[in-house]
Amino acid sequence: MPEKTSPEAGRSTVAAAVVGAAELTEATIKTQGQNKPRSLGQDAWRELRGSWLFWASGVLLVIFIVMAAFPTLFTDVDPRQADLRGHYLAPPNWSHFFQGDWFGYNGQGQSVYARTVHGARASIIVGVCVTIAVTVFGGLVGMLAGYFGGWVDGLLSRITDIFFGIPLLLGGLTLLQAFTHRTVWTVTLGLATFGWMQIARVMRGAVITQKQADFVTAARALGAGTGRILFRHILPNVLGPVIVVATIALGGYISTEATLSYLGIGLQDPVVSWGVDISAAQSQLRDAPHVLLVPATFLSLTVLAFILLGDAVRDALDPKLR
Amino acid sequence: MGRFVARRLLQMIPVFIGTTLLIFLMVYSLPGDPVKSLFGPKAADPATVERLRHQYGLDKPLLEQYWNYISGLFKGDFGQSFTGRPVADLMAEAFPVTIRLALLAFGFEVIVGVALGILTGLKRGKFLDQIVLVLTLVVISIPVFVIGYVTQFLLGLKWKVITPTVQDSMNIGQLMVPAIVLAALSLAYVTRLTRTTVGENLRADYMRTAVAKGLPRKRVIGVHLMRNSLIPVVTFLGTDLGMLMGGAIVTEGIFNIQGVGNTLFRSIQTSEGPTVVGIVTVLVLVYLVSSLVVDLLYAVLDPRIRYA
Repeated sequence: MPEKTSPEAGRSTVAAAVVGAAELTEATIKTQGQNKPRSLGQDAWRELRGSWLFWASGVLLVIFIVMAAFPTLFTDVDPRQADLRGHYLAPPNWSHFFQGDWFGYNGQGQSVYARTVHGARASIIVGVCVTIAVTVFGGLVGMLAGYFGGWVDGLLSRITDIFFGIPLLLGGLTLLQAFTHRTVWTVTLGLATFGWMQIARVMRGAVITQKQADFVTAARALGAGTGRILFRHILPNVLGPVIVVATIALGGYISTEATLSYLGIGLQDPVVSWGVDISAAQSQLRDAPHVLLVPATFLSLTVLAFILLGDAVRDALDPKLR
Repeated sequence: MGRFVARRLLQMIPVFIGTTLLIFLMVYSLPGDPVKSLFGPKAADPATVERLRHQYGLDKPLLEQYWNYISGLFKGDFGQSFTGRPVADLMAEAFPVTIRLALLAFGFEVIVGVALGILTGLKRGKFLDQIVLVLTLVVISIPVFVIGYVTQFLLGLKWKVITPTVQDSMNIGQLMVPAIVLAALSLAYVTRLTRTTVGENLRADYMRTAVAKGLPRKRVIGVHLMRNSLIPVVTFLGTDLGMLMGGAIVTEGIFNIQGVGNTLFRSIQTSEGPTVVGIVTVLVLVYLVSSLVVDLLYAVLDPRIRYA
């Protein structure tokens, strides 16, 4: 990552020194503003605009999301159209851009290019849905535990510990093997069940720091209820670290979905997905490595894009690192 | 110190019970009948099914089954797999293999990861730093099974440097390449984490003080910087050892290593409930013990933390 030497750096270092360790409150940064106070969001956006990481990952993500939403823009070949006699494991034609045989054919005589384009949807839907579910549920658990403390915290933290004892892949495997018919939604459920703990811990820590802040006391003195304090006052101030963790984790969920499909316990055949294709290609790796490597490359690029985006957002939200 | 350890041990009990109960519930109460799946596609004879259910205690209420399992544990009895072998025997075969693999991977992760992290943290923004950062990002983005297959394809099939699959699962030389594949992801995380903390601590006041009072560079970096920078790294490493053992499912599958991951995966596929529960129980124990060790190491690394 390039070190950033924008004129912003000096000001932010002052702000960081004032704010101290993990606190990134909108209010405190505002007081450091020069002429026109900027909110943390605006500040982060200024920082993001100048980051090549943000633009590189953004462009990649836009391409993949368009691919997931409108695959027919990229190819008019049907991904399930199989021509075993004509195309069995045919090698790629690297110069035939955007055509059915660009990346060759798989063991069923299906176009690898068409399947890869259509496979984006399942992976991205699973990744995004798991992240939303995990952020909402984990965030809620973390907020309640952090805000109320005492026995609520004790109970919720022990439950978090219990789920932490089971790794994501292992839990997903055990839960999903019980379903004989697995769709995008079952896989989402399986991953979300064992994925929410990290967000819960991050959220709990952030809420504990924030709830002692003066603005919370002020809000309470003005007669705000618990719900209002939690969602209108504390939540906006703790969202930063949660968004960063969630964005980086999104890539991980896509990768885990593919791993589950590869093990034969994720998505199943009528669904076109990168994991399913990679799983099917492994037995022909020696004869036709392209059938495995093409979807694997697309998968890795998607994961990479989400991780880069998360990195860029963290750098923008955390002035300490500048 | 003693009181702290005692309190931590007591806290581990509900987590241990909770995690094993969770896995128990998932294995035995979700749809899918392990006894019927013993018959394969053939229709099962109801009388035989009844007899088998009774033999394995599956006709009792779930909580009673769990109680029987836990009380058996204290006598060292992990129960019997549906193929008739004691689960303890199965594990005695599988665990030595995986412990070797995981320790190899762990050693690799600690030595290479921490070294690279310190090197890049000290030389932030330099050429080596940029290269290592890009490499770690690439490794994090590529799923383990792809790394595994590509390694197997290149080293095993194309260049014939290694045997494509492991012939003897106890042979350390043959486990070397799979261990590197297994370690790759964590290695990348350790490198990035060490780099970040080293970079942050370099700018700390105590570092300036140490340099200003004329300490040799070796001591400044080796003692002052390291001791402060390694705390978060130790936390990560501690929880990672358990993950390496449980996460070996994919690596062991690709390289045909007869360890815990392989056994666990086969058992999940064939609804071998007792084996799954037994292995996961041991993995949870490893996880709990290693997080306790991490907490104790804190006191060694950071004198500000005192356990009363």
